[in-house]
Amino acid sequence: MVVVTDRISIEKKKTRQGFGHELLELGREKDNIVVLTGDVKGSVNVSYFADEFPDRFINCGIAEQNMCNIASGLSLVGKVAFFATYGCFATARCLDMIRTTVCYGNLNVKIAGSHGGLLTGPDGASHQALEELGLMRVLPNMTVVIPCDYWEARKATRAVSEKPGPCFLRLGRASVPVVTSEDAPFELGRGTLMRRGNDVALIACGSMVYEALLAAEILAGEGVEARVINLHTIKPIDKDILVRAASECGAIVTAEEHQIYCGMGSAVAEVIVRHQPVPMEFIGVNDRFGESGDGQELLTKFGLRDINIAEAARKAIKRKG
Amino acid sequence: MNPFNYDIKQLQEKARDIRRDIITMLVEARSGHTGGPLSVTDFATALYFNIANHNPENPSDLNRDFIVYSIGHVTPANYSILAECGYFPLRDLMTFRKLGSHLQGHPNMLETPGIEASTGSLGQGLSISVGVASGYRMDGKPNRAYCIMGDGEQQEGAVWEAAMAAGFLKLDNLCAVLDLNNAQIDGPTDKIMSIQPIVDKYKSFNWNVIEIDGHDTEQIIKAFNTAKTVRGMPTIIIAKTVMGKGVSFMEGDYRWHGVPPTPEQGDDALKELGTTYEEWSQRLLSN
Ligand SMILES: Cc1ncc(C[n+]2csc(CCOP(=O)(O)OP(=O)(O)O)c2C)c(N)n1
Repeated sequence: MVVVTDRISIEKKKTRQGFGHELLELGREKDNIVVLTGDVKGSVNVSYFADEFPDRFINCGIAEQNMCNIASGLSLVGKVAFFATYGCFATARCLDMIRTTVCYGNLNVKIAGSHGGLLTGPDGASHQALEELGLMRVLPNMTVVIPCDYWEARKATRAVSEKPGPCFLRLGRASVPVVTSEDAPFELGRGTLMRRGNDVALIACGSMVYEALLAAEILAGEGVEARVINLHTIKPIDKDILVRAASECGAIVTAEEHQIYCGMGSAVAEVIVRHQPVPMEFIGVNDRFGESGDGQELLTKFGLRDINIAEAARKAIKRKG
Repeated sequence: MNPFNYDIKQLQEKARDIRRDIITMLVEARSGHTGGPLSVTDFATALYFNIANHNPENPSDLNRDFIVYSIGHVTPANYSILAECGYFPLRDLMTFRKLGSHLQGHPNMLETPGIEASTGSLGQGLSISVGVASGYRMDGKPNRAYCIMGDGEQQEGAVWEAAMAAGFLKLDNLCAVLDLNNAQIDGPTDKIMSIQPIVDKYKSFNWNVIEIDGHDTEQIIKAFNTAKTVRGMPTIIIAKTVMGKGVSFMEGDYRWHGVPPTPEQGDDALKELGTTYEEWSQRLLSN
């Protein structure tokens, strides 16, 4: 069980930084790792790799579609090609390239989308990726991973580099609580149990894992034992952990920093409805665009807080019948 | 008709005020873009205060010219100019990027009067302008479409799809302005992914190309007026500019692309621009 520390004192780090650090390590270990970016080298933290391996790095300029298929070409001659930019542009801007070239061809292209979610803050809606998980999730052959903290970002970066085929990594701009550790196990496609409990299952990804852990504390104070699952990989999805959660807890709440439509919660529902239907509630962005503001203020305004998750849990439990 | 018709001297004074607005609102916001807004200030000011036909009293006036900032991130310049024109109160500038403000980090056409298109994802404005110019022409209207683009932005393929269409369609009611400051996020544009020879590129796409010093108001006005008289092809004004223009310690440095001045840097900048934070924020808040 993970010990949750209060909001102020918990250590916070950036997932995009974990990505950058691990990419550098991978570059040192393997000659076939190549990295591309589109004029955002510093903000997606590929500068560490670029500085040490300038010959395996291409700054494509502000031309994401071109960058995507340069990565495709590199993969066709044996490279593991990572391209990194802001998640909105990495996905929506290149969607047809990702669909028809990368996914249909099952190419070894790794997409890193930073600035995922509302915590992107004051840049506003144009830069806050809130749909990209849905866009990536619908594509055959794609793996979709949302690391919850710095350490998980490092492990996920390594894991996607080792898995053949297209992968998408969602990274964040802001520092977020470190809820795992350097030596915590991580396996692509396998959710992680973060807290035991049998009254309700709180299934979260990314920054919402910490909020779900806080929600579980709130619920524990009311005598409700919540199970918390970190569903870092939403495709392929961990059917076993979800079906077990549904049958043992009887109610589920999902929480994500993404549109509810077509997001992680929808992916969970697709499994639950078919295999073990139980009451479900969804915490996420409710079919609207983001906006400018401090990231933390935005989480509160959009109802993506521990208290919102706890409230949804009470509702789901009540619906058990 | 332009509602202001400022002369050269008035335009230069207005541009200085707008630079003061930009620095002040960025210091207050504590985030945002500084370099690009200061490089577009002179020609964008001329566009709104002398050249374009627009109506701050009725932003959706059907007889207006259409101005789209394809570089959505230059909102500090875009918003300051709109506020100075009277589209909304100057005090709103002090809410830039804050929760609940209509002045979003990147422009939202549904919230801010005078914003014609929601941009922020680069490389989309020229296509929008081609659509607007085509629509005006279909309706037999004399109105024009203006599009402000960045030089890093020229790297987007969509820009060239639009450029091809505008040339082919002979859209002489379309005038683009390219802010050629040789700077983008990661470095000088000619070091990241050179767009040169940019003049030849546009010429070969069947555009009329006018090269100017983008900080020389006389050249700016002349170029916009010439563009109005050209027939049978769109015009692009290639405005050589300096990132961070007007603040000595910012000029020509790409690292000012996406960061705001700290309060201390803001004081220094405002001093160079002949005011203080106290004085200028008071001016904004009381209007
Ligand atoms: C499609 C897209 N890709 C990337 C970005 C991130 N971005 C914002 S501004 C910018 C650089 C723009 O350079 P330039 O057009 O030269 O403008 P300037 O630096 O002169 O303000 C980048 C890469 C974006 N906003 N949209």
